[in-house]
Amino acid sequence: MTGSRLLGIILIIATVVLVVMGTIHPNQSGAMIADSRARLIGSASSPQDAVNNLMQQIGRRTWEAAYASLANKGEFTETEFVRDLNGNYGSLRSYANLDGFDSQPLRASGDEAQVRARMRWASVVGIFEDSRDLRVVRNGSQWEVAWPIVREAKVPPQVIPVNYLRWDVVYRGAEDDWGAQDVEAPHVRIIAMHPVDRGGGVVILGEVLNEDVVPAFVTVKASLLGSNGSTLATEDSFDKISHILLPKQVSPFRIDFRNVRLSQVDSVRIQPSANLVAASADPVIGIEGQKLTPLPDSSLTGSLVNQSGQVVNVAHVIGTFYDNKGQIVWVADQYPSRALLPQTPVPFTISLPADVSNKVGSYRVVASTYSSSRFQ
Amino acid sequence: MRSWVTLLCALIVVVTVPGLAGHASAQASDLRFPQKVEAGTAFSVSTTGSGSATLYIIGPGDTIRRVVHLGESISFGPDDLHNAGHYVAFLVSGSSTQNAQFEVTASHQAATLSFLAKPSRLPVNLPNGVSGVAYVFDIFRNLILQPQQISFELSDSSGRAQIRSATSRDGVAWVKMNSAAKAGPAQFQAEVASVRNKRVIQQVPGDPCSIRMTAHGLGQKDKARVALETEPVRDCNGNPVPDGTIVTFTETYQGGQSMVDVPLKRGVAKTELPSHNGAVISVASGVVMGNEIRWSGGL
Repeated sequence: MTGSRLLGIILIIATVVLVVMGTIHPNQSGAMIADSRARLIGSASSPQDAVNNLMQQIGRRTWEAAYASLANKGEFTETEFVRDLNGNYGSLRSYANLDGFDSQPLRASGDEAQVRARMRWASVVGIFEDSRDLRVVRNGSQWEVAWPIVREAKVPPQVIPVNYLRWDVVYRGAEDDWGAQDVEAPHVRIIAMHPVDRGGGVVILGEVLNEDVVPAFVTVKASLLGSNGSTLATEDSFDKISHILLPKQVSPFRIDFRNVRLSQVDSVRIQPSANLVAASADPVIGIEGQKLTPLPDSSLTGSLVNQSGQVVNVAHVIGTFYDNKGQIVWVADQYPSRALLPQTPVPFTISLPADVSNKVGSYRVVASTYSSSRFQ
Repeated sequence: MRSWVTLLCALIVVVTVPGLAGHASAQASDLRFPQKVEAGTAFSVSTTGSGSATLYIIGPGDTIRRVVHLGESISFGPDDLHNAGHYVAFLVSGSSTQNAQFEVTASHQAATLSFLAKPSRLPVNLPNGVSGVAYVFDIFRNLILQPQQISFELSDSSGRAQIRSATSRDGVAWVKMNSAAKAGPAQFQAEVASVRNKRVIQQVPGDPCSIRMTAHGLGQKDKARVALETEPVRDCNGNPVPDGTIVTFTETYQGGQSMVDVPLKRGVAKTELPSHNGAVISVASGVVMGNEIRWSGGL
């Protein structure tokens, strides 16, 4: 009886101590960004506190307070600050929320410090990271962040002549004779396929070609068959493909199967399917300055240049990586978070697994685009 | 299917006509219908006895009920029986029933032709690439099962024609034909007697053949970029490859690469890429490679 009473008293004291500790030293990690309730933002008595406070304000979209806390707000307007973080022109950033952040001190002196902030933004196509090296300066007893503004490029007023080319489709009518033809579905062909054992699963890598003269909406489905002919698993390429293929255009595809070992697989059945769709041949996207970055940050970097006059809201970059014999060894993709303005380069980075990076002899990159002002 | 429907109808008649049940199967068949009647022809059937009776005729899609006078002929006009198939006739008089079975066949005169041409779009110069299937029907939309000589003609946009003929079997005839070397819409026609049906087959250019491009600097306009342009792209038969076809320009230089997928417009593809001295620029469309240029005018 005495023992249980003592245990109860200990638990009450421990609870009170923890509540007090939590109040005095609140968790400043980025995991709390999603909490919409107002939180106490502590004083910026250290460079890292200043960065954490700013990140929390960004996470809560309290732009005015975030802008007011900056050391270099005289260098840009609040609108430019918001556009830097929140994007513009309906880009991926416009619909993203700060999911979390990490801050890492890089160097510090008496009046100035440098802190690396890694922001993780949640978007409809997954998480994308935005890393900024922030200069933090002392202002009296407080520290303030000097924000490294990335100004959105301004396209000078101009007229860009574009001969738009698009395909419209008229299907057969309900009153047509039963023998009357309908428009033929586009013909697509798998021109490469390579299954690999990876991460406890099987990955099918390949390329598909639209060999027709009309645009096609393409999907690729694959089934893994066992030695007795039974289907072990069926998956499709989801977004690891450029779905709209113009005539003679090639897209890579990647189909991931989890929990199936390559040793179990006797054969693979690939089923490409293509539907005729209305499509536009524009905009044309140049993929310039492609460069492989070796380990430890193995990746393919480059920039997308919108050669047309139309704003592209969201772009999707897919890279196909080949070994020295020309066999596909990996397919990876990335969605750049900024909109593609006419004639304005936007950087992209496609991450590569470390073990694949050493095998890459050549690569090929395709870009597909989504514009809200366009039907496609 | 039709025979099942016929039997069902017959059963309904037997059940609904008073006094017929139990007699129909026992009665001898004195009703003399011709074994085969061509759809849309007039004919008559003689009867024996006296008084009035009711004639029921049940067939695929046709049911006739008619009061007749026994001892007189029963006449059928050209519009009375027009669906081909198996028919059953019952002549009911009081408690006695006579029955008969006969076939109505399709008229031998073709009236319509259903024509399936596949595919509606195909590359030029493809052997046996086009298939045509024709179904011959009479004026009442009965499939004519008797053999018919059907002529197929595929004429390309220049007027050159391939002609084949085929004899229908069980109402169907088919042929396979080659697509022409010249791209454009081809008229594919099937004809039997004087009945024709026409389809349009789009014959499209094949893969690009020997793609050639040129490169030139932009001069004072932009020294950092090189302009690339193909010659008009054609297939191996000389047909211009359609606009919208993707041409890929790839520039490979020390430590990097640039590329762009450009659609053909007005027969050519043109673009600009960053200029790198010593870069190798190649052009391709689908799986067809074009020429390569080593660029020495870059920065």
